[in-house]
Amino acid sequence: MAEPAIATGAALLSAEGISAGYGREPVIEDVSLEIRPGEFVALVGPNGSGKSTLLHVLLGSIEPTAGSVRLFGEAPDRFHARWRLGFVPQRPTLESEVPATVREIVSPGRLRQRGWWRRQSAADRAAIDHAISSVGLAEVADLPLNELSVGQQQRAFIARAFASEPDLLVLDEPIAGVDRASQRRFRESLVHLQREHGAGVLLVSHELSAVSDVIDRVIVLKRRVLFDGSPAELASSGVSLGIHQDDLPLWLEGLR
Amino acid sequence: MIGALPLPAPLNTGDVQRALLACVAVGAFAPTIGAFLVQKRLSLIGDGVGHVAFAGVGLGLLVNVWPVWTALLFAVGGAVGLELLRAKRKVAGDLALALFFYAGIALGVVFAAKAGDLDLETLPYLFGDPLQMSTGGLVAVLVVGAIVAVGIWSLRRVLFAVVSDESWARVEGLPVDTLGVGLAALTAAVIVSGMKVVGLLLMAALMVLPVASAQLLARSFRQTVWLAAVIGASSAFVGVVVGQVFNLSISGSIVLVAAAVFTVVSVARRTLPAAVKSAA
Repeated sequence: MAEPAIATGAALLSAEGISAGYGREPVIEDVSLEIRPGEFVALVGPNGSGKSTLLHVLLGSIEPTAGSVRLFGEAPDRFHARWRLGFVPQRPTLESEVPATVREIVSPGRLRQRGWWRRQSAADRAAIDHAISSVGLAEVADLPLNELSVGQQQRAFIARAFASEPDLLVLDEPIAGVDRASQRRFRESLVHLQREHGAGVLLVSHELSAVSDVIDRVIVLKRRVLFDGSPAELASSGVSLGIHQDDLPLWLEGLR
Repeated sequence: MIGALPLPAPLNTGDVQRALLACVAVGAFAPTIGAFLVQKRLSLIGDGVGHVAFAGVGLGLLVNVWPVWTALLFAVGGAVGLELLRAKRKVAGDLALALFFYAGIALGVVFAAKAGDLDLETLPYLFGDPLQMSTGGLVAVLVVGAIVAVGIWSLRRVLFAVVSDESWARVEGLPVDTLGVGLAALTAAVIVSGMKVVGLLLMAALMVLPVASAQLLARSFRQTVWLAAVIGASSAFVGVVVGQVFNLSISGSIVLVAAAVFTVVSVARRTLPAAVKSAA
């Protein structure tokens, strides 16, 4: 396993004054944020608020027009210990109709850590099994994905991110349209990763009801950072921020 | 020349036995790589590369170089170029393929006509002529097959990761572009190796049809790859026998058998899904 970042206390992910956009108009402007080990951060905002652009900048797939990003203290293009970062993309699916089992989907999560050209070790197999059972899919591990429910499929992709035992987990709308049992499972496995492994979690989501009690910080984005603080602070200052009436999604009500 | 083995007719001559071996080998390794291409949603790349390779054949005939070399040069260049364009999102996948299809075949026609060989010399390259297979040609096919088998086997995990979810693989820092180019180059080598066996135009079919059948029956990616190779090799075997018995084109028969297998499998799966599932 990688060095526990908790010992150093350094930020897992930090952004300093970043702006980014596709045309002349910036999609995000002067955004600064930080995620520390063991922290559970939710990034929320209305549609078109720049959440996914911000995520791409943070992960290094879009260059910011201003400002800088540090992943584990390194610029994204110089950050090579990529297994320390677990990523669950938005609505992940297979590219084609070719069947693949849960285990086949989860196994690539270990590739970067052991070196993709190496053989799978016993430790890899143990980590893959552990990741699969931590999202409650042990019994269907060898079934093809297309025979599972949407929620189970989603959990397979979450297990793929868990398999590398990441120090920072980034999830993009992971529970949109997922059944309740899967949401509960999802919450338990996130809490496990955060508490037992001291991992930081950045969750981009509209639906925070399943995890509202474990969130340490909420960041509200609408081109700029409108709010960055605890859910309790958000609930008390929510009205004065003057954003909830028009475009903040309904879940904000649930956070109070 | 390898002496003829004591097999029953119509497999009793050296020509037919070499053809059989070449066809079964191509039938096994074309869909092996094809499974990864289908998973990557690039089922038609084989077709595009085949057309580009034809430009190479034409050039070879024109300048009097063995057309396999020039075809290989064009096919690898085209496949790698196509992959780079696709990865950089400069061109939409299907439009890039269309450009390669048409420019390739047109260039091939221009070159071959200039060489005065358009009708006679070019047909075997387009549609194959396995009965004319020399021992050297057979060895070349088997060598490419071995390279595909070893390459795919040793890289199967990372290749699967990259073709099944490219954007995730990029975030994870896996060598997406390098493997994409490697897979494209290997695809080109496979197409050219099958050129004198089932032909440039039918090779692409042999890469995709057995995979289409296998994915309906298999319940994992691993099973899909193995089953596709078995279906491809069996189609080739049946195609050679049928072609010889009824005096039909061997390459055409092989692809028709592969198409028939797909038709039967998809109809059977639709009408008796439970039975097929439990059998798989």
